[in-house]
Amino acid sequence: MKDNNDKLNILVFTCNWCAYAGADLAGVSRLQMPTEFRQIRTMCSARVDPEFILYAFKNGADGVMVAGCHPGDCHYIGGNYRTRRRMALLKLLLQQFGLNPKRFRLEWVSAGEGQKFAQVINEFVNEIKELGPSPYRKKQEVKHAG
Amino acid sequence: MPDKKKISIALKRGASCVGCDIAVVNFSEKLFELLEVADIVFSPTLLDVKYDDLRKMPDKSITIGLYHGAVRNSDNEEFAKIMREKCQVLIAYGACAHLGGIPGLANVSNRAKIFETVYKKTFSTDNPEGVYPQTEWTDEKGHKLTLPEFYDEVYALDDVVDVDYYVPACPPTHVMNMQILNLIKGWVEGKLELPPKGTVIAEEKTLCDECPRNPGKGKKIKIDKLKFITEVEPDPEKCFLEQGILCLGPATRAGCGAPCIEANMPCRGCMGPTSKVMDQGGSMLSALASIFGVSENELELSEEDIEKFVSQMKDPLGCFYRFSLPKSLLRRVVQDE
Ligand code: SF4
Ligand code: SF4
Ligand code: SF4
Ligand code: FES
Repeated sequence: MKDNNDKLNILVFTCNWCAYAGADLAGVSRLQMPTEFRQIRTMCSARVDPEFILYAFKNGADGVMVAGCHPGDCHYIGGNYRTRRRMALLKLLLQQFGLNPKRFRLEWVSAGEGQKFAQVINEFVNEIKELGPSPYRKKQEVKHAG
Repeated sequence: MPDKKKISIALKRGASCVGCDIAVVNFSEKLFELLEVADIVFSPTLLDVKYDDLRKMPDKSITIGLYHGAVRNSDNEEFAKIMREKCQVLIAYGACAHLGGIPGLANVSNRAKIFETVYKKTFSTDNPEGVYPQTEWTDEKGHKLTLPEFYDEVYALDDVVDVDYYVPACPPTHVMNMQILNLIKGWVEGKLELPPKGTVIAEEKTLCDECPRNPGKGKKIKIDKLKFITEVEPDPEKCFLEQGILCLGPATRAGCGAPCIEANMPCRGCMGPTSKVMDQGGSMLSALASIFGVSENELELSEEDIEKFVSQMKDPLGCFYRFSLPKSLLRRVVQDE
């Protein structure tokens, strides 16, 4: 992810049962979507450990989105109840680390909401484009003495 | 087994509060047992020595070096390197050397801001010309004076030199010192091998795993309100988290002997994370978020409601990374324009 500075690194976690299916639907419906994001599928949004997101920012992510089933619809019943608490707290933490809050986003997308997936991904990618590279990209090297 | 019957030990501090030197004194009467197998050859706090004494010692002539304190300036870094050269075994002793510790919290700021506060803004400072410390200054007669360079961020010892072992905690407790003592004695007497390089001399479990207040495996904790130890009189036997009081036990390495819990104080995490997680703060964040109870009207709650609810947790960065910010994944606060 550390490669070049002009290309943005945008990461989207989608849960297998809703958001991933929604993204798939957006794709097969040929909805217009930017290409500047990479998707990682997890079984449930609750599998996305906040450490993964911190790790992504450390390694040069400019924006991270987590997308899961709507509350009440999680395949594992309450996975996303846990997700929403963790991500809300993570949002506070990332803000304290100095990151613009727009760089991190939580969304609920059902399997039927291809349209919504396309819309949030467009919005998100545009916002990150406006913000440009994350300040953590410039902080890779441990520099001392001088 | 070392090549001599009696080994030598050096103690050197970096950005340290010197509590770690005092922790060595906390070997108490066992200090004499240590002195039976080891001579302390260098320790600015305990002995009358000069920095040059250390510089002049031959390379690898000291058996064990204990470096405590973080690396905050060029002097700390220089002596970390000298200790590495002079000592066969270099140990990061205490939370500051291990993870950056309390001085590492300065990574929420940077050199420019710290200088501005300290040399300009503090109430007792009168500095109309805005003079800041210089690393070099020569007077009219040509005498040159130097000061160490203050770095923009704080580092742990292993960010600047190769470290053999880590002894965590702020400061290492008596229980932990006894473990080191037994290890050193056993090694000198040829009964014990030193652990593999990179070992953190403590446990691999979390503090909760060895805590007498642990409510028991499988028992789900659920809280609706988070309290801080400053606001309440805690029950002396019940798990702190169960009482809604922030306790870093789930995200902290065991091995300290839980002195804080015994004194009815929640854990603040000075042992750092276990090796199974990448980031102590991330690990505590998950643990805490998971015990915030699911409400009966969960489906009616918006993400804003949830955010308001979790914002009971004041200063997550300061509380979750109190001792480990320079060794966290993100290391320091940045500015995002
Ligand atoms: S670990 Fe604690 S006692 Fe040791 S130097 Fe750091 S602040 Fe002081
Ligand atoms: S949360 Fe604290 S009090 Fe509760 S079991 Fe863990 S260490 Fe003990
Ligand atoms: S209980 Fe927590 S804060 Fe106290 S010594 Fe152990 S790790 Fe450190
Ligand atoms: S399966 Fe989609 S959020 Fe749990």
